[in-house]
Amino acid sequence: MKAFSIYLCGVGGQGIGLLAEVLLRAIDYGGFPAKAVDTHGLAQRGGIVVSHLRYGDNVFSPLVPAGKSDLVIALERHEALRGAECMLRRGGSLIYYNTVLQPLSVRLGKAEEVTEEHIAQFCGRENIRVVTVSDESLVDPRMQNIVVLAHINRRQLLPGVHRDHMEKALGDLLAGSLLEKNLELFHAVEE
Amino acid sequence: MATEVALGAALNGHLATVFFKSVGLNVAADTFMQLSLLNIPGGMVIVLGDDPGANSSQNEQDNRHYAYLSYTPVFEPAGPAEVYSYYLEAASLSREMEKVIILRLTTHVCHAKEKVAFQDYTPTEPDNTPRFSGKNGPYIPITSAVFPLKRKALQQLDDIVDRVDERGLHTTVENNSRLGIITSGHVYLSLREVLQMVPPTSTKPDILKLAMVYPIPRRTILDFLNKHDEVKVLEELDDGLERSIKAIAYDLGLQTRIIGKNRIDDWIGEYTPEKVEHILHATWPELLETPQLPRQASQTPPRPPQMCPGCGHRSAFHAISAILADEDITVADIGCHTLGFQEPYNIGEIVLCMGASPGIGSGLSLFNTTRKVVAFLGDSTFFHAGLPGIVNSLFNKHNLTLVLMENGTTAMTGHQDHPASGKNFNEISAAIPVRQVLAGLGVDSIFETDTYKQEELRTIMRQAINEERFSVVIAKHPCMLLFAKKQRKVKGNNPYKVHIDQEACDRIKACIAQFGCPSFINNQSDGTITVNKDLCIGDGSCIPTCPSKAIKR
Repeated sequence: MKAFSIYLCGVGGQGIGLLAEVLLRAIDYGGFPAKAVDTHGLAQRGGIVVSHLRYGDNVFSPLVPAGKSDLVIALERHEALRGAECMLRRGGSLIYYNTVLQPLSVRLGKAEEVTEEHIAQFCGRENIRVVTVSDESLVDPRMQNIVVLAHINRRQLLPGVHRDHMEKALGDLLAGSLLEKNLELFHAVEE
Repeated sequence: MATEVALGAALNGHLATVFFKSVGLNVAADTFMQLSLLNIPGGMVIVLGDDPGANSSQNEQDNRHYAYLSYTPVFEPAGPAEVYSYYLEAASLSREMEKVIILRLTTHVCHAKEKVAFQDYTPTEPDNTPRFSGKNGPYIPITSAVFPLKRKALQQLDDIVDRVDERGLHTTVENNSRLGIITSGHVYLSLREVLQMVPPTSTKPDILKLAMVYPIPRRTILDFLNKHDEVKVLEELDDGLERSIKAIAYDLGLQTRIIGKNRIDDWIGEYTPEKVEHILHATWPELLETPQLPRQASQTPPRPPQMCPGCGHRSAFHAISAILADEDITVADIGCHTLGFQEPYNIGEIVLCMGASPGIGSGLSLFNTTRKVVAFLGDSTFFHAGLPGIVNSLFNKHNLTLVLMENGTTAMTGHQDHPASGKNFNEISAAIPVRQVLAGLGVDSIFETDTYKQEELRTIMRQAINEERFSVVIAKHPCMLLFAKKQRKVKGNNPYKVHIDQEACDRIKACIAQFGCPSFINNQSDGTITVNKDLCIGDGSCIPTCPSKAIKR
């Protein structure tokens, strides 16, 4: 399979690390060679967390070249726009969880908050498919990443990677009631 | 300290491995510099994580210079599988030669993931006989010993080149081109990525990938140079390989055109695929199409890291900034409190490296009778590198105030325990008390409070900075990121959150503009402030900071 590049981004504490690890393992269960790399300097302090993931044939560097990502997965709206602008290729796909964690300058009133329209406009210009997800009933915001995972599965955004691959990957990384809760949510979105 | 412990263990016959990030080697440099002169029976590998791109360091120093300086061999793996195989090679060579060897990684080699096939695990019974003997030395570097030791270290550099050749660790990619590229580490992966863009009508350059970048394999390189008309040395950060390779060509009068670094940009930043694409295009414009400049994040506001909701440092900065005059000078150290330099606190106008703040503060206090000097230091750094600066301030009677930000952990790097935590990596251990250490050193002026007690902190800060001597304010509060994490695991624990009483709120926005907790939302549509319940940990540290008393539990 031709190399497929994914760029994941969000804010520290949102669970980008787990989501990236689940996808990497799911891709492995799908039988593809894969490489990945995380960047998490100062991530827990409300900074940006980023993960690169590439799979398929002839993948050498784990780093996704700027502007050449096939898919951007974002867990926050500002990071969705930033990720799409900096990393996504024309004609690629963006999936993001529609929540806002205001960056400092937005909170201080020195910059404008990114809206869904900003994203829609940019993606329209660049012929990018946008999938916006959210789940109002979600109690624990740390499970937003699983909602995104379920939508990635439902919309088949990762070529050759399917539901059972993702379930196996979740089973590798979570256990007990935590695994059950996450699988329940994963399946609920599917239906 | 880790280097010294590792050396001691290796002198007893154990294979020792010590890990650093790039600037960590600066701290260990005094010990490190001697290692290559020593006979180390157990073998010793230094795993070094350099940071091209300065992803999380104060510079992007190229630590190969330390290797040149000390005659220490350096291996450079490109990815996780090579980290494993090169480590095994380095460890076995290190034991064979009884010599220290560096395994140099970079940030995105350390953080990379791929499938690695491990060898069978066949543990042998550990030999715990302490085998140290002065006869394995000399270990006393008096002048008469230094020259033979240096001679041996230099001879070992020739020796290891042969051993690495025999093991076939350097690799080549042959495309029968008149162009060649010499590279190493993850830059090789970026290069392979970029060469896929070479149109089928052109021949891709050949590649020599060096497994060991110091000392360089002279014969292998000579052979590669002889086979090509033009050779590009593709090398991240500084030009160590380039200089050595050009020297070989000069000595032998080779006609091969050797292309190294051309522009200042070639010295700066990580050699990602897109950077390598630009460099290769600049080197051989006919090889690749003109690279497209990627889009910039034009619309998205930047997102600098911040102190967490409930962070005790925020309360400290909020109180302290209220009593300092504009012209007073604040010096930060390394740690979460470094983030105080940002708006709205603007505290810590200079930061250098671990333990530097008391010393820099001392210097700033000299010939200075008008501007107060306040230095900040975390409790972990206090033990790591802060003590000498404090001793110096006392001994030389410097007039500054040190604020010791005591949060009970090493927060910035992920909550490692430190000497005051009461436990080490393995077990419960004695907690070394910060305050008693200060008193024991002879600090007479010690103040202490919890940073959530804003009024008290302001009072003692005023007292401390007005004393004409070295004073210390211990500004205590446990790391709330760690605390909140533990609290979440307590069954039935449901921390209250704060909310804004919209009736009482006068839209002064002090909670955002002065206190600056990220849990507050500035609703740009209607000008109200609300609280992000997903971020608020219910600590209530913001409550006393609202002039309108609108923040409520």
